[in-house]
Amino acid sequence: MKDVKLMKGNEAIALGAVNAGCDGYFGYPITPQSEIIETLMEMKPWETTGMAVLQAESEIASINMVYGAAAMGKKAMTTSSSPGISLCSEGLSYIAGAELPCVVVNVQRGGPGLGTIQPAQADYAQAVKAPGHGDFNLIVLAPNSVQEMYDHVFLAYELAFKYRNPAMILTDGVIGQMMEKLVVDEAKPRMTEEFIRENYGSWALVGNKGVVTSLELEASRQEKVNERIQAKYKALKENEVRVEMTDCDDAEFVIVAFGSSARIAAKSVEILRAEGIKAGLLRPITLFPFPDKQLQDLAAKGVKGFLVAELNAGQMVKDVRLAVNGARPVEYYGRMGGMIYSPGEIAEALKEKLIEKTK
Amino acid sequence: MTEEIIIAGFGGQGVLSLGKILAYSGIMQDKEVSWMPSYGPEMRGGTANVTVMISDRRISSPIGQEYDTAIILNQQSMDKFEKTVKPGGVLIYDPNGITRHPERRDISIYTIAATEEASRRGNSKIFNTIVLGGYLKVKPGVVTLDNVYAGIKSSLPERAWKTLPANEEAVRIGMELIRKPE
Repeated sequence: MKDVKLMKGNEAIALGAVNAGCDGYFGYPITPQSEIIETLMEMKPWETTGMAVLQAESEIASINMVYGAAAMGKKAMTTSSSPGISLCSEGLSYIAGAELPCVVVNVQRGGPGLGTIQPAQADYAQAVKAPGHGDFNLIVLAPNSVQEMYDHVFLAYELAFKYRNPAMILTDGVIGQMMEKLVVDEAKPRMTEEFIRENYGSWALVGNKGVVTSLELEASRQEKVNERIQAKYKALKENEVRVEMTDCDDAEFVIVAFGSSARIAAKSVEILRAEGIKAGLLRPITLFPFPDKQLQDLAAKGVKGFLVAELNAGQMVKDVRLAVNGARPVEYYGRMGGMIYSPGEIAEALKEKLIEKTK
Repeated sequence: MTEEIIIAGFGGQGVLSLGKILAYSGIMQDKEVSWMPSYGPEMRGGTANVTVMISDRRISSPIGQEYDTAIILNQQSMDKFEKTVKPGGVLIYDPNGITRHPERRDISIYTIAATEEASRRGNSKIFNTIVLGGYLKVKPGVVTLDNVYAGIKSSLPERAWKTLPANEEAVRIGMELIRKPE
């Protein structure tokens, strides 16, 4: 039974958690994502699926509750916005070190510090490079619609369990606060204890004695852990890159943007096309793993230049430059601190930075 | 068909709910919709605005820069959004509290004295549905009246359904009330 709703992105995350069979949500309210915990409290899933919803005393407590639930092979989740995600750093590193699955949502706001409550994408580098100490990465998904906010909860759990690694949904105040249509599929039941024992019994604590830790006193053994973790990232890069390309087949200039920026840039492409400029849009859906190959292919195919549009000081542009590796010019256009660009601004930036220069 | 609307006024005027009714009405009519609010401290006492898009096609950017229709409910919003109406577009405003009236000649301008009418009827809560009626009168091609009534119902929690007749009446009042400025 398909069911069409009008919903905020944040509400879609909450509904997605319940319908994806999440076992426990632990969070602390912060704008612009407080609707997630509010919606869960209103839904009372503990009365239907048995999912636990708990307002923790802090984000540090939340992420450690997630760690505990994940160690039992449960589908655990926390959500926050930028400053709260920084508080989760230590916990995320421990969870990655212990090789456990979980889903974390960051509905970004402007920074640094407490910053603003308006939308930003300034935590890109934190999410894809260094979400905490030590050599580890998160699986990072970047939804660009209310529908994807919902769908990505399912995808995040699928990937997190497949690779036994924390997955992050990196979104922002635009997608979190906006309402759009949402088509809801049938809900997945929560995993049974038998299912967890059969499928995840090798690592999950299911009634058995065991220790889950990220501590290793012997450096040579720790290196083995690191090698195993890095092998997972290699497999992720080979198998799990997701990307959406719009009007790229004949494009001379390609805008690269993720999440809310990709929505705005899609309109910029329409504006540019109406003016006779062959523009296209490449939208990374997975930010880690990053679509290096797709960018290289476009550069090899004769795209004359790339413009990276992002709501930060120029973070993803560095990854695009690494991928394109000097083959074509890669320029940046952005706004910061909670300010948003209009579709026309990005279109003008493309003309100024790429077309004027390559003439 | 794509209709891009900005609704702007004070927090508490029902700006966001008016947008929500339009978005729901669009869904009832099987259109694509987006509803993008300003959010945060400006909602409480300051200015509030929402961008609503209703389209036959998938909506690319939920963030607009030029609008087919601007519904303007205070002076700050007039100063900010009069210039964002597309040439040939529509600007609807409530003259209550407006000291500088719109000056553009390349758009269609309408006034709706909804604050006055709502207060005359002793029900400030129907203010935004009066405005909605005015909008539907000058833009009849976007959503049908039946779908708007269904949209009002969907946008309200069940406990507020007792207000449906008053809101439907307000829509009809708004349709009568809207006029070209003298």
